[in-house]
Amino acid sequence: MDWIAGLLIPFVKALVLVVLLLTGFAYLSYVERKLVARFHVRYGPNRAGPFGLLQPIADGLKMLFKEEIIPRHADKLFYLMAPAIVVVPALLVWAVIPISNFSFRIFGYEITFYLTDLNIGLLYALAVAELGTYGIILGGWSSNNKYALLGALRTSSQMLSYSLPMGTALLSILAVVGSLSLVDIVNAQRGLWFIFLQPLGFLIYFITGLAETNRSPFDLPETENELVAGFVTEYGGIKFALFYMGEYISMMTTSALATTLFLGGWWGPFVDELPILGIFYFVLKMSAVVFLIIWVRASLPRVRFDQLMGFCWKFLLPLGLFNVMVTATVVALWG
Amino acid sequence: MAIEQALQIFVFVILTLMTLGGGLAVVTSRNLFHAALSLILSLAGVVGYYVLLDAGFLAIVQLLIYIGAISILILFSIMLTRGLMTPRQVQRNEQWWIAALVVFLTFVVLIVALWQMVWPIADDEALRTPNVAISQLGEALVGPYAIPFEIISVLLLVALVGAIVLARETENNQGSHAEAGSSE
Amino acid sequence: MLIEFIPVLVLFALATAIAVIALVLPAFLGPRRPSRAKIETYESGKLPYGDARYKVPIGYYKIALLFVIFDLEVIFFYPWAVVLRQLHVFGLIEMGIFTALLVVGYVYEWKKGGFEME
Repeated sequence: MDWIAGLLIPFVKALVLVVLLLTGFAYLSYVERKLVARFHVRYGPNRAGPFGLLQPIADGLKMLFKEEIIPRHADKLFYLMAPAIVVVPALLVWAVIPISNFSFRIFGYEITFYLTDLNIGLLYALAVAELGTYGIILGGWSSNNKYALLGALRTSSQMLSYSLPMGTALLSILAVVGSLSLVDIVNAQRGLWFIFLQPLGFLIYFITGLAETNRSPFDLPETENELVAGFVTEYGGIKFALFYMGEYISMMTTSALATTLFLGGWWGPFVDELPILGIFYFVLKMSAVVFLIIWVRASLPRVRFDQLMGFCWKFLLPLGLFNVMVTATVVALWG
Repeated sequence: MAIEQALQIFVFVILTLMTLGGGLAVVTSRNLFHAALSLILSLAGVVGYYVLLDAGFLAIVQLLIYIGAISILILFSIMLTRGLMTPRQVQRNEQWWIAALVVFLTFVVLIVALWQMVWPIADDEALRTPNVAISQLGEALVGPYAIPFEIISVLLLVALVGAIVLARETENNQGSHAEAGSSE
Repeated sequence: MLIEFIPVLVLFALATAIAVIALVLPAFLGPRRPSRAKIETYESGKLPYGDARYKVPIGYYKIALLFVIFDLEVIFFYPWAVVLRQLHVFGLIEMGIFTALLVVGYVYEWKKGGFEME
């Protein structure tokens, strides 16, 4: 272990990862607008560049050159910190997501396609993703705006509640694999993807994933007809963009984790012969889940807050526990 | 392993600053909400200590339970309490110097105790690199600690019932205040 | 363990740096024409009255309270699920008792209307 292997390589890998994720965020916003427009039989962004492809760049520049407005009664420090607290955990989850088992060597150093393989990777992802809740609570509280505070309270209790059924969905995977390392979990799916072993688990994971990332039909923070814009009401310019960056990166994280846990990660035809294909399969599966999330947004109306909480506590949670117990019984008796 | 040691010391210093600074802010901040947020900073420092001590699972549990759940509960309970959020609280009373004296004496006692303590970990090669894997923990929970484990579930059940009683009681109080004058 | 956490630390530093740059940059790039109306709290065009940090409904506190308890229960499942294969029937029975007690509390909560949002 020297400085190159210990610090330089992780730094370069992290840099590449962050650049890819930020580009992914920018173009995901474009893709979503375009797709939702097509679902609505509209054109979507088509003015900036060919097919509107330069739209994310135009948006980004516009956000950068906006005047910075901090509300008079805001708690300045936490008002400024809140967007950062949403973005940093969203990026941090990607430290454990294994993109491919492909690796190559440069000057004798092995380069793998994941930052690190923690033996508690699955719990790490769950715990770090949950930290984003603080950004929302702080954003709503520090703005000192009634809409913002109500939106933040609703969103944070939604995220807290839905992380419980999500935990049960992850538990059923864990009972099957017997390891918390995400690399082990993908390796265990070499023959059969877990979506076929755990269809219920996948369904619960997907629904809770939508709620955790505040996506439609659980986009309670964006109930514009009652709360203006929820916890982002008082935010503008780049700070507003940072909140959306957090949301879109979380959406990619949810899709990447769904791929890793249920859709066989990098596995696909001919991966054994040509491991580099795994990267392509991973991106393909992840994009499919992202598309599904956007499709859901274009199709379903928003649910009411009490329905949202009731659905989680009275339906998803018992269903998840039931799934875990059935899985555990099968594993313990015949595993 | 020069890099690991250098990083370890660097991270340790940062974590100590975080934990102690956060703790100091908890007791000195005049805004209760800020004090609660400083507590989170302090708890986050402890997460880092667990990682340094090679206790990954404990670090995650600290993150999930203390930072992810209990601190949010504290924040919500502060938001729940009218009048505590904006007015500045005075964090000390006229007995502050007695408290300071007691704290200082406790500190001295702790330092002396730490100095005289012989730490067995440094001698034991097996303990120097603890690897309390999550599977060992799982086996311990089902094996030697099976009874305490079940008692925990009883404790949690009691907590659950208590939670309902607590939340409902307050609702009733609110209701009776709002409907004061009207018949039952 | 520490070695595996170094990349996490590196990513954390990088992510924080990006967030800080993004927060600091607009202060230099954007125009600066503050006015009283601009920095006033938004309240659908009306003049804001009172403080937004008024006491919040207890329902949110109740959810956080329930979350703490159920989160603890779920955490206890993790080490057990990892070694489930080696534990066989005994592990299953033990967790069955644990879950049964959890279900009792859950049903009580439901009957008492603990899951209703007002």
